Amino acid sequence: MTEFTPIWSLSGGILIGLSAAGAFFLFGRVIGMTGIVARTLNFDFGEANWRVMFLIGLIGTPLLLSLIAPSPHGFEAPPLAALIIGGFLVGYGSRVGSGCTSGHGICGMARLSKRSIVAVCVFMFTAFVTVFVTRHVLGVGA
Amino acid sequence: MKSIVALILGGLFGGGLYYAGMTNPSKILNFLDLAGQWDPSLVFVMGGGIPVAALGYFLLMRRQKPVLFNDIQVPKFGDIDRPLVLGSAIFGIGWGIAGMCPGPAFAAVLLEPQAILGYLIALLLGSLLYERIHRA
Repeated sequence: MTEFTPIWSLSGGILIGLSAAGAFFLFGRVIGMTGIVARTLNFDFGEANWRVMFLIGLIGTPLLLSLIAPSPHGFEAPPLAALIIGGFLVGYGSRVGSGCTSGHGICGMARLSKRSIVAVCVFMFTAFVTVFVTRHVLGVGA
Repeated sequence: MKSIVALILGGLFGGGLYYAGMTNPSKILNFLDLAGQWDPSLVFVMGGGIPVAALGYFLLMRRQKPVLFNDIQVPKFGDIDRPLVLGSAIFGIGWGIAGMCPGPAFAAVLLEPQAILGYLIALLLGSLLYERIHRA
């Protein structure tokens, strides 16, 4: 089990919101990870490489923080097979559905986009069902 | 200038995910496990993130153009279609299996490479499969 961490999670959420707000106001762009991954895969490195720089900041900062001011959350992952199957479905599904938790969940919800609200409801629902099935029906979930 | 700002925005995103606890897959899975030891932390992440993001969008909408680019490139407010629903449904299943979505995976990859690299490679393959099928 993991501890309920309202203060940490609210604070982290505000930082995520600042990142999205900054990208809206300064760039006029959304920080949807699905789009950023897609453009990086296609070597679409226009626009002053901002997406590549964003990825570098995203990847590097947690390591830096873990050395100077670590978070209390720890790390516990499902078995590798689950990570690989899940990763594949996330990669494919997010492209078909034009977004994931960042694009639809944060940026789209912030714009009250009808499409994003539907996307969030759908993926929350299938994720809840999936975890119920893996943990409580099959009993295989981490 | 854009590069430095992008680096900082990426850092805010990564740091936010890290401190919010989203880089720990079991925290996501415990949020998704309503029938177990439910961990509602993710609600607070969205509750903190969405209003602040909305403020940034509101400020953008009051201007002709963003501060550092000459045009606005945000997704159009389109209709609900099959790909949106189907893709999101598949995404949710994968999210529920792995306990990871793309942002936190990038944020966690240097912290826990042995666990996350496999996920990220599979994610890129899933994305490439989409390109093969739908963009051929």
